[in-house]
Amino acid sequence: MTQASQSESKLVSLLEAINTHVPSDSMVLLGAQLEQMIPFAAAHEILRQGRRNLTLVGPISDALFDQMIGAGSVARVMSAWIGNASEGLGSCFRRAVEQSQPNSIAVVDYTNFTLALALHAAALGVPFLPTYSAQGSEILKRNGNLREFASPVNEERLIAVRALRPDVAILHVQRADRFGNAHLWGSLGVAVDGARASRKVIIVAEEIVEPEVIASDPNRTVIPGFLVSAVVHEPWGAHPSPVLGYYGRDHEFFADYHERSRSAAGFDGWLKGWVLGVNGRVGYLAEIGGSRLASLAVKEHAYSAAADFGY
Amino acid sequence: MMVVAAAREIRDAELVFVGMRLPMLAFALAKRTHAPRAVALFENGVAREAPAAEMLRTMGDPANLRGATFCGTMLDVMGLLQQGRVQVGFLGAGEVDRFGNLNTTWGRRGSATIRLPGSGGGCDIACLAQRVVVLISHERSRLVERVEFLTSPGFGSGNGWRRAQGLPLNSGPSAIVTTKGVLRFGGDGEAFLASVHPGVSVEDVLDSTGWSVRVADNVAETPPPTEDEFAAIRTLDPDSFWTAA
Repeated sequence: MTQASQSESKLVSLLEAINTHVPSDSMVLLGAQLEQMIPFAAAHEILRQGRRNLTLVGPISDALFDQMIGAGSVARVMSAWIGNASEGLGSCFRRAVEQSQPNSIAVVDYTNFTLALALHAAALGVPFLPTYSAQGSEILKRNGNLREFASPVNEERLIAVRALRPDVAILHVQRADRFGNAHLWGSLGVAVDGARASRKVIIVAEEIVEPEVIASDPNRTVIPGFLVSAVVHEPWGAHPSPVLGYYGRDHEFFADYHERSRSAAGFDGWLKGWVLGVNGRVGYLAEIGGSRLASLAVKEHAYSAAADFGY
Repeated sequence: MMVVAAAREIRDAELVFVGMRLPMLAFALAKRTHAPRAVALFENGVAREAPAAEMLRTMGDPANLRGATFCGTMLDVMGLLQQGRVQVGFLGAGEVDRFGNLNTTWGRRGSATIRLPGSGGGCDIACLAQRVVVLISHERSRLVERVEFLTSPGFGSGNGWRRAQGLPLNSGPSAIVTTKGVLRFGGDGEAFLASVHPGVSVEDVLDSTGWSVRVADNVAETPPPTEDEFAAIRTLDPDSFWTAA
């Protein structure tokens, strides 16, 4: 990456970011921060653009993977948990696995720790990392990316977790500058390794701020811009998941999705009403309505103390 | 009662790996009663000493992040777990068997086999926490002779199995807390009935368990919730969203 490219804005529309960087057949990392800051807006744009045959990677997925599977965009899932965190099972995931509806999918079961290690290995540039976890489990027997080996430094047996390098990571953040330097706070999950492990990174930000704002607090720059391919400004882009400092979790939206997705026909109606039949994210937010958004907005701000970088 | 019995498995000042749903409530209850210095770890990378100000639907709710002791990465907390520094971890399951093995991958609903969400961090906690406490509704179809799919290892097929697999010393299941009682584990790795909850008979437990479960000679009644425990649950879950059952 040259100095010159650093000075060029990477700010693009969500439509353009997905169109350029997430072709069909991609391996896509989503949901790196677990139940907060899930990139729903970006995932829904992937569905609107009709991408197919995707491999989804993520430790857990709070309804997002279920929606993408139900929409027929997914061929394979590499994950530790696929469902709806506050409501229970994922109905589209079940239909795909049990009945091959709308299509069959390959499920590569991980544990949270082993998936995090797979991304960490890629972030470190090594082919695998060792762990004691997963020993004795059926997951170990069925996941070819987890292999037993004899430790070279003592008499133990360990599990080698093969490095996993997604084609693109889509990460929702609180704020970024136009070059992709991103501030992110709250629980980080696998976002740090996910950004470094992936070949490309798309940043979706609640706010675009001047580079000076980001540079004022480099400890909070979890993702440096030189790793980033595209920056998208998409306020409310993680709804119905929460973004600390911006909005809370829309529990009812998850509950409604859970009910409506119980049947394939119900899911199709949901998908048309909230994704395929709306005019992009603008249409989605209009459908949600201002009063509902207002009810989710921050009630009471809680700012951290400023850190002094002076010397 | 299940939440109360689960909370009592936490000792003061312990590091506790908290899963989603009922374990969150059990931890909050323990903090407000007998274990005020316990520290909760969440797999999204959060450590918490102060209980969250409101009941959580997920570990990523803003109320679980604001006021946290620490917000880091998943590997930060999984590293503590793998070092053996986490004393107790809570897990739910579709099925648990007589050796404390858990299945959260494939379930049964009537005659149908259904796909469950999977391990999450469950297998990691089952492998690496010093003590694992399983929370499960007490039904014959869920407390089974042998799990259909071993997602998260307990004592495998009995004593010695965990070491043979390469799992750490000083790890493994400690208790199965159900809607009817508490099961603990003998030196042979097999679960036995240690106590029944108030109003539940030993016969009821035997009828509701999918294997001929051994009963402790001194099987007791689980002490009923104290005033303090009742009051804390009413505060934590005022709408009975989690404790209705």
